[in-house]
Amino acid sequence: MHNESLSKKNVFHLKKITGSKAFSTFTAALLAILLGLVFGFIVMLIASPPNAVPGIFAVLTGGFRRIADVIYYATPIMMTGLAVGFAFKMGLFNIGASGQYTMGMFFALYAGFFFNLPRGLHWIVCVAMGMLGGLLWGLIPGVFKALLNVNEVITSIMFNYIGMFLVDMWIQTTPGMYVADKARTAYLPASAQMPSLGIPNSGVNISIFIAIAIAILLFIVLNKTTFGYELKATGYNRHASTYAGMNGKRNIILTMAIAGALAGLGGAFAFLAPSSIPGSSVTYEPINVIAPNGFNGIAVALLGNSSPIGIIFSSVFISHIQRGGTQARLFGYEYEIIDVVISVIIYFSAFVMLMQEVAKKALRQLLDSLKRPFGKKGAEKASDAQPAAEIMAEPELSEVEKEGQK
Amino acid sequence: MNSNDLLKEFIDVFYFIVQNMLPVAIPLLLVALGGMFSERSGVINIALEGIMLFGAFFGCLFVYYVQNTGLNPQVILLLGMVIGAISGFIYSLLLSVAAVNLKADQTITGTALNLMIPAGILLFSRMYFNSDGVTTRVRFYISKIPVLGDIPVIGRLFFQNTYITVYIGLLLLVICTIFFYKTRLGLRLRACGEHPHAADSVGINVYRMRHLGVGLSGILGGIGGFFYAVGIMDGNVNGHTGVAGFGFLALAVMIFGQWKPIRIFFAALFFAFFRTLAPSRSLIPFVRDMNINAAYFKMLPYAATMVVLAFTSKKSRAPKAEGIPFDKGQR
Repeated sequence: MHNESLSKKNVFHLKKITGSKAFSTFTAALLAILLGLVFGFIVMLIASPPNAVPGIFAVLTGGFRRIADVIYYATPIMMTGLAVGFAFKMGLFNIGASGQYTMGMFFALYAGFFFNLPRGLHWIVCVAMGMLGGLLWGLIPGVFKALLNVNEVITSIMFNYIGMFLVDMWIQTTPGMYVADKARTAYLPASAQMPSLGIPNSGVNISIFIAIAIAILLFIVLNKTTFGYELKATGYNRHASTYAGMNGKRNIILTMAIAGALAGLGGAFAFLAPSSIPGSSVTYEPINVIAPNGFNGIAVALLGNSSPIGIIFSSVFISHIQRGGTQARLFGYEYEIIDVVISVIIYFSAFVMLMQEVAKKALRQLLDSLKRPFGKKGAEKASDAQPAAEIMAEPELSEVEKEGQK
Repeated sequence: MNSNDLLKEFIDVFYFIVQNMLPVAIPLLLVALGGMFSERSGVINIALEGIMLFGAFFGCLFVYYVQNTGLNPQVILLLGMVIGAISGFIYSLLLSVAAVNLKADQTITGTALNLMIPAGILLFSRMYFNSDGVTTRVRFYISKIPVLGDIPVIGRLFFQNTYITVYIGLLLLVICTIFFYKTRLGLRLRACGEHPHAADSVGINVYRMRHLGVGLSGILGGIGGFFYAVGIMDGNVNGHTGVAGFGFLALAVMIFGQWKPIRIFFAALFFAFFRTLAPSRSLIPFVRDMNINAAYFKMLPYAATMVVLAFTSKKSRAPKAEGIPFDKGQR
């Protein structure tokens, strides 16, 4: 899909561009998004044919009409996305971002209701408490993995349930926090709410800047520090990194704790926000459902290729189509259509490596077809389109694949 | 209250727990067996939760459409089971094609499949039924099986207040065990999860075996999901609660059962016991008096899973090649 954008004079650099990792992951992400949207469109066609075209149009463009909301809803999933992506870098699958997010939310809300602190300091303490809550909940799968050899996926899922039941119970049994007849949490005191950016009809607040700053910080940690290097090395090959003297167990626990802290911050950011109605704030309804934002974080992380910078953009994108999804309701589609689209995007992101190769190959073929007039030998070979078989025969892929297998 | 009454009450509670435990254990057992087939063939199947829900949804949808035809409820259940198995199998193809042919990351694919189904169910149920799921009115419950139910003790334990899912589940356990250990196909399947290249070198088609493993997990997962809807949800399915993490619990059951059918059976009973404590807590005298928040009972199966895994995982031996896509060219 980028073929058009590359002009002829760039042709000779094409190999360099298509060979670069960032480019191929970007095209793969776009391909996954495209397939997700196509699938969503098909579902819409089946569900209600006459409304499908305006419906998908609403999904795609609805977010532009509510940019402040897009930003507001992007912030928590940016954090859960970072929580998942950061653990991915180490080869850990943190499916427990939901539980960490919920725990972070509870800690933050608790501090918001019961700590008596001056304005200006209160919300900062609440955010820090949220981070602590998430950290504790992320620490557990890390400890189970490092010391007891329990698969982090199972642990995180179990602790999603345990955390959700615990938090819902704590909230319902804490007077002053819960309004029984509304079945929701009470409004937070103003001092505990994050400073609003003052955009009317929106809860958008300064947390977006904090989130972006954290993403950049993580980028630096991953790329410029020894810890980040060890983390990625362990992700590529655990045995090699242990052999090289890295403390794998410590790194696993540390990674999960940091990932948990990030998700906990997401919970804090989501619920310390002022709501669009003055004097109120965002409330939580304890209905024994696992927070979907943790799972959205998986989609965000995969689309952003686990890179902190990529996650900033992918979270905004996911938030954008989610807002669009609320607009699709006008055409009779339920909001869940977006969850279907997101899950399809995750599904296709899972064979990102293959898709990268497909994208690369398409470009290479274009390159060869352009070269053909010059009578290059390789041109003919490449045009024998045998996608799967030929991809496997390429030596460089087996390397890429090994990375993917971890 | 004299000691005789207390004893009688205790015995009643015991019967109650066993009668309630079995319909809970069977879905766990079947789904864990499905997970076993998949993992022993070398594919991590984290999508069991989604497969269960998919099977449960289509099984219940079938029940919904035939419930007014006057068919015998047990016949409806059997047909629903077949529908559940077929739909589970179809859904598992999404995993097997991605994992086996396209060499995708199996955990991520599974997660995607888990997320897709609840959203899909909510979407369609809200648009067509104006509710969050499918609600049926068929009574699958059997209060007493003729003749067998009259046997002292055993009759009351196993043939009263039950569902036929229990007997089907046990039959499937026997079939699965024989298939797994006594047939050539079972042996080949196990080889592919341990050392696929060795299996390949003696002419076993690893790709086909892995498709078989995932396909079997789809069939068992679909049946397990429908049995969950029958035995636990009273013939209903709901996009919000789904199968309440039973697919994941089944994975824990499988690990606790060390990827072996008979051990999985006992592991499933163990977990089902904890799951049954929550609804029976008001019947058990001393538990009733302690006045514990219901949330703790809801947490119990998940917490028990963690405790069990903490003690067993150090020694646990997963199939060696699970999760690694098979590449013929790699040595």
